[in-house]
Amino acid sequence: MKDKLITRIIQIAGFSSILIVLLIFLFLLREGLPALSEVSFSDLFATRWYPIEDLFGILPLFSGSLLVTFFSILIAIPFGVGTAIYIAEVAPRRVKEILKPMIELLAGIPSVVLGFIGIVFLSPALREWLNLPTGLTAFTGALLLALISIPTIVSVGEDALNAVPQSYREASYALGITRWQTIWRVTLPAARSGMITAVMLGISRTLGETMAVMMVTGNAPTMFKGIVSLFKPTRTMTATIASEMGEVASGSTHYHVLFFIGIVLFLFSLIINIVSNHFSEKNRKDKEQVVS
Amino acid sequence: MNTANKPGAITTRKVKDSFGYTLIHIISFFTILPIIGIVLYIIYNGAPTLTWDFLTSMPANGMKAGGILPAIVGTLYLTIGTAIFSVPLGVAAGIYLAEYAPHNNWTRIIRIAIISLAGIPSVVYGLFGLGMFVLFLKLGNSILSASLTLAIMTLPTIISTTEEAMRVVPERFRVVCGSLGATKWQGIRRIILPEAMPGILTGVILGLERAAGETAPILFTGATFFLPHLPTSPLDATMALPYHIFVISTQVPGMPLQIQFGSVLVLLIFVLIMNIWATTIRNRARRRRQW
Repeated sequence: MKDKLITRIIQIAGFSSILIVLLIFLFLLREGLPALSEVSFSDLFATRWYPIEDLFGILPLFSGSLLVTFFSILIAIPFGVGTAIYIAEVAPRRVKEILKPMIELLAGIPSVVLGFIGIVFLSPALREWLNLPTGLTAFTGALLLALISIPTIVSVGEDALNAVPQSYREASYALGITRWQTIWRVTLPAARSGMITAVMLGISRTLGETMAVMMVTGNAPTMFKGIVSLFKPTRTMTATIASEMGEVASGSTHYHVLFFIGIVLFLFSLIINIVSNHFSEKNRKDKEQVVS
Repeated sequence: MNTANKPGAITTRKVKDSFGYTLIHIISFFTILPIIGIVLYIIYNGAPTLTWDFLTSMPANGMKAGGILPAIVGTLYLTIGTAIFSVPLGVAAGIYLAEYAPHNNWTRIIRIAIISLAGIPSVVYGLFGLGMFVLFLKLGNSILSASLTLAIMTLPTIISTTEEAMRVVPERFRVVCGSLGATKWQGIRRIILPEAMPGILTGVILGLERAAGETAPILFTGATFFLPHLPTSPLDATMALPYHIFVISTQVPGMPLQIQFGSVLVLLIFVLIMNIWATTIRNRARRRRQW
């Protein structure tokens, strides 16, 4: 009797995550969809974001998010993948035991702390080195965000490399191939889909990051105008929601549009995560085939 | 210039080999460098501010003097509140996935839901909390709303680590439980769950660590810039360390730098303690494990 009750409770808990995702989507739609009736489609997908004058063009925010995310991932991939290779393939055991907790520590540093470092150290430093009018730029944001996505890339990537059967490496050594070539030509390609998952999850983290990017990118909604935009202030979708939601009247057009941006972010993260999960499943299945 | 004879090729290979190795070492070094740098930088600059008085007194003079007690207490409240909601639900859901879930489409949907939850940006959780808890359920800008929002954000971490921790317990434990006449739940409760506990705890602490440091989800669900007294009920808004750091480093002109560094150091210590705690539990369990 007691057993049945507990089993039932556990079952309900098991299904709760479906309910929660639906609730989140429902509430975002409830508060965000009115935006589509209050702002015409062409005004919403316009290039000026200036809510005080009722200009709700979300393209600059979109452009800001893409700009920062793209360059951040460009920086994070070599460091993330390189460190994953080092930990999984090269590092002696003792070094590994120091490195892994450090990467976890980086994952645990709150983004507001990184944003603070960005304000007091990184942005003044960049302003001086690169001789910029302001250190609060998309590039500053990209650098900080790279720090945020590196732990994700390292830990998922390391798992992917560890999942490559040892027999691959042994076969490669037996053919007289050096360790480096084995990593580069055998292990890494074998872990390809896991590596793709790692990078995609990194992108997802970067795109959704809010505080650090809001604190250091200068909060100016501008469109991408070539590579110079990287060294100018910008504004991401997440930062816009975070900095403006506190000041809007609930139920106003501005409020609805901010929720609409939330829907866009939600759908983006959903797509990235489901696709990356597909790759990691593929990674697992590939490995199973080899073993059997 | 045909020098691609055998000895030459081997030399090239060796050069490439050592070059690749060196590169990997350099890259890893530069990944670790900022982590150590950031931690030392904050400790160095924040330590002088870190007095007993700073930790235990109320802010004064528009935050520009005094301590950060209400922010510390607020973060503790939020972390505990998050744990109250997320731990029972998350652990139960993890148990379901590891022990009960059949191989069917429903289970697949549950997994997709968890993966989706894990990827939702923190600020979107904030929007959801605002829409559902603050406005729809009329809980207002409160510790309760913020804790619920953070709990939902933490849920996927707790579910996944619980499931994983239960799965590594060998199948023979379950078989033996059954053969001794224990019901499925008795087996889980008395044998599997205790064996999986260190893994679960590690996941719970790491999840709560993240919740404690988050700012975006509490921006519009429960955080407030200044409170003249400590919160007295779960329906009060609260100060919180991450939000406090955000405000004093961006919104208050002329904020003394040492107070900023001090506040950041306190949050960092909070996070470090949880991190070391989780790592210790995991390492100790790994050493003790007999299967």
